[in-house]
Amino acid sequence: MSILIQPFLANSFLLRALIAGMLVSISCGVVGTFIVLRGLAFIGDALAHGVLPGIAVAILLGVPGIVGAAVSAVVMIGGISFITNKSRLSSDTAIGLLFVGMLALGVVIVSRSTTFSGDLVRILFGEILGINTQSIILQAVATVVIITITIVGARPFLLLCFSPEQAQVSGFSARFYHNLMLAMIALAVIISFQTVGTMLVFGMLLAPAGAAALLAKRMKTMMIYASLIGMVSVYSGLLISYYFNLAAGSAIVLVAVVIFFAVMLIKNLQAASLRKGALSHD
Amino acid sequence: MTEALTIHAKGLSIGYKEETVVSDINFDLAEGQSLALIGTNGSGKSTLLKTLVGLLPILQGELKVLGNTPVQSARQVAYLSQFHASSFILPLCAVDVVRMGRYAEHGLMGKLTSADDDLIHKSMQRMGILKLADKPLRDLSGGQQQRVYIAQALARNAEILVLDEPTSGLDAGAREIYQQAVADELARGACVVVATHDIQEAMDCSLTMLLARKVIAIGRGAEVITPAALLETFGITINLAQQPLGVTVVERDHCCDHPDER
Repeated sequence: MSILIQPFLANSFLLRALIAGMLVSISCGVVGTFIVLRGLAFIGDALAHGVLPGIAVAILLGVPGIVGAAVSAVVMIGGISFITNKSRLSSDTAIGLLFVGMLALGVVIVSRSTTFSGDLVRILFGEILGINTQSIILQAVATVVIITITIVGARPFLLLCFSPEQAQVSGFSARFYHNLMLAMIALAVIISFQTVGTMLVFGMLLAPAGAAALLAKRMKTMMIYASLIGMVSVYSGLLISYYFNLAAGSAIVLVAVVIFFAVMLIKNLQAASLRKGALSHD
Repeated sequence: MTEALTIHAKGLSIGYKEETVVSDINFDLAEGQSLALIGTNGSGKSTLLKTLVGLLPILQGELKVLGNTPVQSARQVAYLSQFHASSFILPLCAVDVVRMGRYAEHGLMGKLTSADDDLIHKSMQRMGILKLADKPLRDLSGGQQQRVYIAQALARNAEILVLDEPTSGLDAGAREIYQQAVADELARGACVVVATHDIQEAMDCSLTMLLARKVIAIGRGAEVITPAALLETFGITINLAQQPLGVTVVERDHCCDHPDER
């Protein structure tokens, strides 16, 4: 039993990583539920990667990366709204354009710096084992903000997932709550990139929520399941990383993806068994 | 205009930013009256319904709903849209969907009361779906889901019901249940506007409007639903005398379909 707990008690950096990972699990579980239910995976992916130039510039200027990520996210969301409103192009095209544009800009900025290689890896894959207390406090605040907005806006968010038109005719501005949802996705990405990196945060947004969607009968339970699956992934991933000397962020996301496929397999086997039972009764 | 009128349209043009779909629409509906819209895909039925509930702007002319603009009156209007988000993934039970019908009344944080629970229960009972209350939406058949959506509209307890092809996917029994529910709504003084392909349903309404990107005819069903008007509306000849009750016009895509109506 001690091999499951001892590493966290003996190493304060691992304990901090566990706490940070739990917070990421909650924020990504809640926001990921919206991403899965509203089919916003592409914008989630684009935001996760599109924050790169902001972080790169922030690091060059000696400003916290989180500030640069926030600026990039605002540029992304504003740009997507601008293109979709001012042209006949679909939001998918707008997201794609901003996605590659921002990613390319990020790589250009990084390539101009001679001392960036270490930082780039840190940005892309996170540095969960190097997380400090200040970052954890910031993550905790952002997680509370996400949960509060989700509770207060539960009705319009639910209506939006059901039908944006129903949200509108029920007196809730579909555009406002859609943008609020995007802002929450951006916030989750911004606070999670230090932990699992911009490349892997998308996995934490999608895999636990995807698995939860297969299990839950209600949206609230889907958010709880997604958060719990994320937490199990963080805990298991950190242990695997500790004992097998693997990259922590990648191990966490890998566990989350494996859980998704395991849940899908079990659900499919269950469905097949039910079909078989029904046929044998006939 | 008269305040007692529930809906008043005069010289109304409807459509999208760059395109007028139907112009010069004129009609009045009072409490307890119903209006049926019939026409092919892209004829302007859904566009008119969306304009009535404030989802689309008025391009020209006058439209008053309960004495106000459609946007101002939106909360007093129940709307059943033709398409819904991907119900196969939404983790919702049937009762949750019907409960959403009460959100317009209570806003962001207002607490649902026992009166709301009664309305939800009665709406489900009226649509014959009480047994399905705790079933996940994704496990229901298309027809059962449609009954849930109609129950949601009934749960609004609205002064106006705007229904876009409510009987699509319903079997004969469910259609009977739906027709009874509409009759009850009209009897309590609500006003119903419905887009339909069922000519008999249109005949039963106080008014029928035939649309083909223009108003072909509007008036009492028995007067305006003629073979000539149907030919102009649908481009096919329908001999009404030979048809049993419940004629449903099989869709023939209109030459000028608007992509947003699909």
